[in-house]
Order: sequence, then structure tokens, then C-alpha cells
Amino acid sequence: MKYTEEHEWLRVEGDVVVVGITAHAAEQLGDVVFVELPEPETQVAQGDEVCVIESVKAASDILAPLNGEIVAVNEKLEKNPGLVNEDPMGTWFFKMKIDDLSVLDDFMDEDAYNELIG
Amino acid sequence: MSELIRLGLHDLHVELGGKMVPFAGYEMPVQYPMGVMKEHLHTRASAGLFDVSHMGQVILTPKADMAALVAGFESLMPVDVAGVAEGRQRYGLFTDEAGGILDDLMFANRGDHLFVVVNAACKAADIAHMQAHLADVAEVLPVTDRALLALQGPLAETALARLVPAVAAMKFMDVGVFDGAYGELWISRSGYTGEDGFEISVPEAQADAFARALLVMDEVAPIGLGARDSLRLEAGLCLYGHDIDTTTSPVEAGLTWAIQKARKAGGAREGGFPGAARILGELASGTARQRLGLRPEGRAPMREGTPVFDAAEGGRQIGVVTSGGFGPSVEAPVAMAYLPAGTTGTVWGEVRGKRHPATVSPMPFHPTSYKR
Repeated sequence: MKYTEEHEWLRVEGDVVVVGITAHAAEQLGDVVFVELPEPETQVAQGDEVCVIESVKAASDILAPLNGEIVAVNEKLEKNPGLVNEDPMGTWFFKMKIDDLSVLDDFMDEDAYNELIG
Repeated sequence: MSELIRLGLHDLHVELGGKMVPFAGYEMPVQYPMGVMKEHLHTRASAGLFDVSHMGQVILTPKADMAALVAGFESLMPVDVAGVAEGRQRYGLFTDEAGGILDDLMFANRGDHLFVVVNAACKAADIAHMQAHLADVAEVLPVTDRALLALQGPLAETALARLVPAVAAMKFMDVGVFDGAYGELWISRSGYTGEDGFEISVPEAQADAFARALLVMDEVAPIGLGARDSLRLEAGLCLYGHDIDTTTSPVEAGLTWAIQKARKAGGAREGGFPGAARILGELASGTARQRLGLRPEGRAPMREGTPVFDAAEGGRQIGVVTSGGFGPSVEAPVAMAYLPAGTTGTVWGEVRGKRHPATVSPMPFHPTSYKR
């Protein structure tokens, strides 16, 4: 598992990267009431806003962690956005296909991420 | 930026895991570990304890006689003050000469004085306003040695009656003074959540012990300002500085229920309050815009500032959302907006560049359950 500074977790599954938000991020957001997911089969660039998360407090974005193609989205989140709070580390938002998985090496591991959130 | 003020129950909030945030110059708990959603639902199902000590508590004592004080206070509001019996409370509004709203408040007739509770953000201005206009008839005495707690929800009576049995006999908007182990408690059967409940002014020295005595009860959980906001929004109640301010009149805001017959045209004490010409005129012939409820389709909230249009594409902007969010009890987003008077049916709120339909809806969004 790798982590971004935007509090996303990245898990490699074959040749795709599965993206979710960390427990720390879910706690900061508060109760999630709505998730707007990207369209599958769209090309995205690193830093693009690809998801919107509305919590009881505010709206936040999930940024694309990498360049690539969205190949799947977790439609369960449309009906049950509270999954993000119940099990943030087990609830994925979207899966991305990227050309070169080695770019993942640049992201934080768990220890580095835990240090970031202190 | 001046220093945030910490209130008497600060340590208790921190001990309870409250997330402290700046609010109207005070450091206040926005939520506890339970989270806004569960805190909201707990209040609707059981009883929630809110610290609202940042709000202004003010006593007005007569310089000569009560009648002159009541008449003076009534001259600041389109509200029937003289008609409030001893031991009763009423919702009031300070208006300005242009008919806008300076603040909304609660006031109680306590026999030989009036007790007023005003919004935190307006406290200093309200006190100055009262001192300026009531100098001949009243002493304006800010109460600075008391906390203010709200206990709200269907089991609020059960919980509070264990400490103060006499509250069980109170009805909505009754007020009373109760002496006991926690000093002199000033209690009203009221609140701002749409639920039955109480607001309790407690001496600072006893506030921590009193709050803990409630919090150990199974029914009672601490509730932060986040849930207080979603509760009042579902109840269709205005938040000053958002849904009402000096640019909105009481009639535009749909607060005509707060203007009693005695102060309206043909009433015993018609007019005689700031902005009377506009407000009485609007009562007679209506307003161009009014505060209306919206129920957005789907689950995406339309928050404060969301522009509202009369068409899914093109058309024109007809208003703006003043309060909006997700209603945990409604299980859907709810909002309030100023729209052309008489707007019905579907309108469209623009969220992140996309227009989403919303239905103009009566308020409250969640039924109120006051003990009348």
C-alpha cells in the first residue's frame, strides 16, 4: 500500500491501481453523504479533480494520483456513501490503469504517511 | 484577529473529545467523536446537550416601572412584548429603520425584569443598541457569570427532571427559576432544534458539575455546533448572518408569525418599531422575494451561496441558497433560499458548474415536536 500527500491510499491489483482515501482523511471529512464518481474509460492527468466527496461539513475533491485511465468506479458509494466512514481502508473509489507501475515507488509507504499525519 | 475566547466548559469539551473550532470569536465544540450525523440523530431520538454559552445573556431591569421597560423594549421590535405573561418567553427580532433584521433573540418576562438571549456574533451590538435606546427606562445588564446549556430531544424532560423535577410541568416557552444543588437555574422550555427541550442558564461555578450530571445519564450525549446547525436547518429555523440579516426584512424571511396582531395594522399598538413603514407595507401587499425551502433531488447538498436558476439550461438566476446541507433525519439534502415570492415546483441549483433540480418545499423539513 502506498499513500499520497492528499491522503489517498493506492493499492496495486495486477496492472491497475486501486484508489481510496485514508482513515485519517475520512475522519477529517466527517460523515460522507454523497460521492460523485468519475466516468469509467476516461483519461485523467495527475492532479485532475476526479471525485467529489460531500460530507455533512463540506465538499472536497479527490485528485487523480497519476496519469492514466479510469477503468472502474465503485458504484456502491452512490447508494451508500457512509461506507467511506465505516471502512475507509477497505472502500475503494476508482481503479486506474497506468503505463508504468514503477512510478508508485515515489509515493509514501505506511510509515512515511503516519509520520506526515503525526 | 483577536484572541479566541475560551468559555467555562472548555476543559469538559476537550475531555469529551470535542473538536474545538473558532465560532463568532469563541472556541466552541463543532463535534464530538460520535460525529455530526450520529449526534443529530441522537438528539432527535433521545437527548442532546449543547453548550451555547457563547450566546449573550442580558437582563433588563426597569429604572422606574416594568410598563415603561416593556414599552421601551417593544419599541425596538415588531413583536408584542406587553402580551407576554410573567413566566413566559417569546421569539423576537430587533429591526433597523430600513426594516432589516439586526438580530433575532428570545426574551422572557420574569416579573420584575426581562431576560434576553441574543446571538453571539451580535451580542456587543445588541447590548449597545439596547443601552442607546433604553437608557431612560432600563438598566442593561450583560450576564457574564453564567453558562448557557441546551438539552434537546424527546427524552430531555426525562433527563432534566431527575435533577429538577418541576421542569416536567413546564410547557413550550415557559420560563422558571429553580434553586437547588446547582445554584439558581434559569430554565426555559425551548430551544432551536425543532425538538422539545430546555435551555438552562447555570452559574459558571456549577456549570461543569451540572453538565456532567446530565452527561452520565444514558439518554444524554454531548452535541456540537455542527449538529446544532443541521437540526435547526431541518426545523426550518433561520440562522442569523446567513438566512436573515440587515438586508432581509422579517416578512421576506417568512417570520410574520413572530409579528403579533397587536403590532400589525389595526392592532392595539400598531407600528412604532424601527422599519414599521416597510414591514407593515409588506404585510399588506407582500414582498418581491421570500425565504423558501428547497429539497434538492439526489444526495448532493446545495450549500450556502449556491445560485438558483429557473431553468435547467439558460434561463435566469432567481435567487441564492442561504443555508443548505444534508438533513440526517430527512435522509436527503435540504436548503433555504430567497426566491421570487410565489415560486413553486422545480428550480435548479448550480453546484460545481452543473445545474441540479430541487423542489420548492414547505418548512419545517422535519416535523417539530414542541410540548405545547
